[in-house]
Amino acid sequence: MDCVATGGNVKVLAKAIHSLSRIGEELYLESVEDGLALRSVNSSRSAFACFLLSPLFFQRYQAPADHSFRCKMPIKSVQAVFKSLASLDRSVEKCRIQLNSEKSRLTITLHCKHGLLKTHNLSFQDCESLQAVFDKESCANVLQAQPRLMVDTVLHFPPSLEEVNLSVSSDRVWLRNHVEDGADSLRAMMTELCLSSEEFDHFSVGSQTSVTFCLKELRGLLVFADSSGLPVSMYFDEPGSPVILSVADSVLEANFVLATLSEDSHPKNHVNSDTKHPDTEQPPDDFMSDDMDSFLIAMESSELPGPSHVPTSPPRPTNNRKHSYIEEEEDEQALADGPPNKKFCSLFFGSVLPTPSQLPNQTMPSQEVLASDSEDENQTETS
Amino acid sequence: MKFRAKIIDVGCLNHFTRVVNTVSRLTKACVLRLTCDHLYFVLSGRVASGGVSMWCELSQGNFFDEFQLEGVSADANEILLEVAPENLSRALKTAQNAKSVKIKLTKKSSACLTLAAELPSLSSVSRVVTHDIPVDVIPRRLWHDFREPQMPDFDVSIYLPPLKTLKSVVDRMKNLSNSLVLEANLNGEMNLKIDTDLVSVTTHFKDLGNPPWGDDGSQSSSAHRDPELMTEVCVDIRKLQQFLTGQQVHPSRAMCNIVDRRILHLIFLHEDVSLQYFIPALA
Repeated sequence: MDCVATGGNVKVLAKAIHSLSRIGEELYLESVEDGLALRSVNSSRSAFACFLLSPLFFQRYQAPADHSFRCKMPIKSVQAVFKSLASLDRSVEKCRIQLNSEKSRLTITLHCKHGLLKTHNLSFQDCESLQAVFDKESCANVLQAQPRLMVDTVLHFPPSLEEVNLSVSSDRVWLRNHVEDGADSLRAMMTELCLSSEEFDHFSVGSQTSVTFCLKELRGLLVFADSSGLPVSMYFDEPGSPVILSVADSVLEANFVLATLSEDSHPKNHVNSDTKHPDTEQPPDDFMSDDMDSFLIAMESSELPGPSHVPTSPPRPTNNRKHSYIEEEEDEQALADGPPNKKFCSLFFGSVLPTPSQLPNQTMPSQEVLASDSEDENQTETS
Repeated sequence: MKFRAKIIDVGCLNHFTRVVNTVSRLTKACVLRLTCDHLYFVLSGRVASGGVSMWCELSQGNFFDEFQLEGVSADANEILLEVAPENLSRALKTAQNAKSVKIKLTKKSSACLTLAAELPSLSSVSRVVTHDIPVDVIPRRLWHDFREPQMPDFDVSIYLPPLKTLKSVVDRMKNLSNSLVLEANLNGEMNLKIDTDLVSVTTHFKDLGNPPWGDDGSQSSSAHRDPELMTEVCVDIRKLQQFLTGQQVHPSRAMCNIVDRRILHLIFLHEDVSLQYFIPALA
């Protein structure tokens, strides 16, 4: 394999790698029919990203002889090659990626000004093909917006915010911070941003939906999109199905696939904010509707010094994913002890990546495999 | 109990944001006291806060275009809420270029101060960002803790040196010692002193001027006082530094009152905001 990227595309390549580093620890490189695929997945398998660079992205593109070359390497080593974006801009004229299969080395050479060559030999490991199963075309809801809109929206939420809830109606979009149940949930500040559908370049909502996904992993894509100026498209369905964000131009396509919380009913973060139901408009500013008196009476009549008891309210949907709702009310305590990181449905992957502790053919118990291994001749390629 | 207020002017919004930012750097939790004419951010001196107390007073008319309040009862027309000022600060930060900001007391799963900002958007419909900040309503029987602090019977009152200078001196002294002695006299002279085993440093300021307090009782004992006589107080330097570092509003007047060996009372005045901070002497 021998590819050469020149000029501005070197920086694009670097930014793609930095975006992928926000997802997982390893970079998966694979030469596919349509070009070169750079992919990453997070440890809990709830976020996946893929940058597909077409041969036209490169000044010169020579695919590997056997056409099915793939490898993985620690992403930090690749990031080190493209460390400083500013200096890439200033001094790097072209970047050459070559495969040295005898020594299992990937050689990345940066050709800089004044004839300076920086050569990096990165060792890689063989791996299975990493491909999440997803289908943008079948998603009921599609939004497309300028990256600036997405970036501005996300600014309203603190950088540490993990999960965000996106709800859509026929003409509105709401973005809310999602707060896990627990001791802190009553004390957490809730933020909600409401946008009109008119702000989007494309707005097609099949049915009123609400999905919750991890915002942190998305930020990598937003930074990439913002610097490239490419519009961001968002595809999603009902809760439990992944949400897919993509940017594309003629030579590049990036897809970020994030798992969403699966719940049997629509999660309403503000359980008591009846006025913020996605169906209705914002209520008219009615001073009379903020009657605190009855609340105050209820509070003062208790012996506690402050409103440490909360008027009874319907229980919030817990962050349990796979059990039915009927058990939840009683089992809230038990469920709260569940493993904190396995909240999201794992994304469905086309093949299994062997871990050192497992036999190559054993599927991981928490994963549901929809499509068979990539070795299967009959499998059709999904995007 | 009802509360509803609105800010339309960008300048007022920025000013209010800076005040809230200042308060949020001084304490993690405080009481917001709302009356028909004023807002107060109050921190009452407790062991938990290291004994410092704060009283920040804003005249509502200078910030809000609309302000409606119905207090707990007709004879107690006030509302007191315990709030984390950092939440308020974060909410205001996202509303920086808003067309309007509304603040309301609401009831979600618990009492909240809801801040709703109407933001400019790419379409004809504005973007609306809403923040629900959880608050605790303070019951009336605890209100006595949050009354306006009385002016202490101070020994010396003096204007502070330029804040930037004061801050840089205190910053450097903080690296050398945990406690600092601030002394001043009625002749406009002030010294900041630290004294450790390894080093002693004193910074002298003069010609600072002493505020004329007039005929109120506090000054009576000082009338016969020798103007050269220094009065001093030894405080935790970190508390003083925290106070000076947090300032986002540049005061038109900055002064302090010293009760000999007991309290350092700092007063920052601005046209529509006053901030008082009490630092007790180290035991």
